[in-house]
Amino acid sequence: MTTLYLDNNATTMVAPEVLEAMLPYLKDHYGNPSSMHSFGGHVARKIAAAREETANLIGADPEEIIFTSCGTESDNTAIRSALASMPDRRHIVTSRVEHPAVKVLCEHLSKEGCRITEIAVDGQGRLDMEQYEKSLSKDTAVVSLMWANNETGVIFPVKTAAQMARERGILFHTDAVQAAGKIPIDMKRTAIDMLSFSGHKLHAPKGIGVLYVRRGTKFSPFLIGGHQERGRRGGTESVAGIIALGKACSLAAANVNLENSAVKALRDRLEQTILQRISDTKINGNTKERLPNTTNISFEFVEGEGILLMMNEYGICASSGSACTSGSLQPSHVLRAMGVPFTMAHGSIRFSLSIYNTEAEIDFVIEKLVPIIDRLRRLSPYWDDVKQSCVLH
Amino acid sequence: MWDYSDKVRDHFLNPRNVGEIENPDGVAEVGSIACGDMLKIAFKLDENKRIRDAKFKTFGCASAIASASALTEMLKGLTVEEAEKITNQDIAEYLGGLPDAKMHCSVLGREALEKAVANYRGLSPVMLEGTLICECFGVTDKEIERAVRENDLSTVDDVTHYTKAGGGCGKCHTAIQEIIDRVRIQPMKKKQAMTNLQKIKLIEETLDREIRPLLKHDGGDIELVDIIDNRVLVAKRGTCAACQAFPQTLKEVVEKKLHEMVSPDLVVEEVVQ
Repeated sequence: MTTLYLDNNATTMVAPEVLEAMLPYLKDHYGNPSSMHSFGGHVARKIAAAREETANLIGADPEEIIFTSCGTESDNTAIRSALASMPDRRHIVTSRVEHPAVKVLCEHLSKEGCRITEIAVDGQGRLDMEQYEKSLSKDTAVVSLMWANNETGVIFPVKTAAQMARERGILFHTDAVQAAGKIPIDMKRTAIDMLSFSGHKLHAPKGIGVLYVRRGTKFSPFLIGGHQERGRRGGTESVAGIIALGKACSLAAANVNLENSAVKALRDRLEQTILQRISDTKINGNTKERLPNTTNISFEFVEGEGILLMMNEYGICASSGSACTSGSLQPSHVLRAMGVPFTMAHGSIRFSLSIYNTEAEIDFVIEKLVPIIDRLRRLSPYWDDVKQSCVLH
Repeated sequence: MWDYSDKVRDHFLNPRNVGEIENPDGVAEVGSIACGDMLKIAFKLDENKRIRDAKFKTFGCASAIASASALTEMLKGLTVEEAEKITNQDIAEYLGGLPDAKMHCSVLGREALEKAVANYRGLSPVMLEGTLICECFGVTDKEIERAVRENDLSTVDDVTHYTKAGGGCGKCHTAIQEIIDRVRIQPMKKKQAMTNLQKIKLIEETLDREIRPLLKHDGGDIELVDIIDNRVLVAKRGTCAACQAFPQTLKEVVEKKLHEMVSPDLVVEEVVQ
């Protein structure tokens, strides 16, 4: 059975060009970039080139790029560094819908004495900007807001939010793990101080992350050791990962228009056809300010795990915000923060596309999904009630 | 991804006995959509008082669907007395096991069965008794006690896996731990030979805490008259006095509970005062 992959917000396929670029650095060119011989020196030059490619994707300077091991490490480094550089401020502003890499870290920091404000979102997942502005205080050290939400794809106005923070002397970090490569980013035109993203979300392998730190921003390292990354992140470089990331970033820069045209068209086709052909469905999240590749759809009266496992029988990969798939017993914190009713939250499915998806794949998914939802609804006691009340009226 | 057995997968992809029964002999609905799963089961008896047909409908994950499908298969051909002996462990075993975090699906099956049997007997449901411990999922101390006792659970995580209690905000974790500690001490006490005084006290406690609230729900009651060796003598009160099914209630509710909580040697007898 072939895999039909619509779960690109979870992780992505390593692009063939990326794999090709990194392989020599797992085989022949194993030198340490810090070494004094030219065998290592060659590797150091490749890393410098990859740093430039990475910086170009987000309109940054190469020296503003720190390579890390993953998005979570970047998020942790950024927020802890901000706290370290502002020792007399102990307030963090974030949102209710952050990824656990930020959300759980903040919960942890609250036990260490920090005060946390989680900004609410509305029913469409949009940030409450009024609450945001009010929450910024003289005690606020750092704001950490995601650029785009991993579950719904909803984009936050981080540029405006960053400007408001800067005016008050507050550091601003954004988790751009889902945004990088999917929408254009130009750090020269923002007031964002720090930005995190991860290689495996844009067709590089897992195990490589990026932290952008604006020139002039006070920085305190998370991993302390050698002089690597100009002393800002100790530890021998993940050479092959960095080279892969560089290649993936230059591909992403070239493909960002494709994301916003072809991928968006496929996503819209999937979404519109599902809404037309399957009753009692609803899109979660604002559809105007949204990533071009993501749709989060609720199928009322059915539970998400069943949908995923039945799609799995056809090799279709997607995700769900239902409780049963998380193992946490409660539906996704993002959907709950948006006030999505339980009946809807348990039956939510996220499809996230990439440039490698085709129209034929989208049509295949629709063809299979219609009978799957029908079958599961026939099992559901709530579906009867709805049908019955329809007859009575 | 959950590590489901082939049997779970089969019962999920090809669920047996989906639907409803017209004029069922026993029917029940447990769970709610807020909790993430809900199960409706019904059964019909044949002329020999054996379950001829059982059907279900469920809102829930793959293991909830599989558990309900398995349960309805297991029920067929059994008498009600045989059926009510099915435990959540039996359902899980029938399916070749369930992941720990999914055991609550089998518990939901057992709860639905119990409620359907109660419905068949014309008794009010047993489940809603007790004090609410977990507000997020509406789980009472009685349900937690029972899950701990029947499945030999020892941690809060276990209890969450089996009953969902504690799986939400987490405020009730301390209360759940207290219940575990309390329940797990009891069997140890029981193993040591009870003195007569201890036995009488435990019988009284069980009657007051576990049995009489059930009967009172239907306007009935019993009074403990005497305990002679292993004979527990009770008198009927309230609506029980006029109830034709009282001897049956005495055996199946009162005696059964005393066997479970105090000693399997006890015999409950009615005395007319």
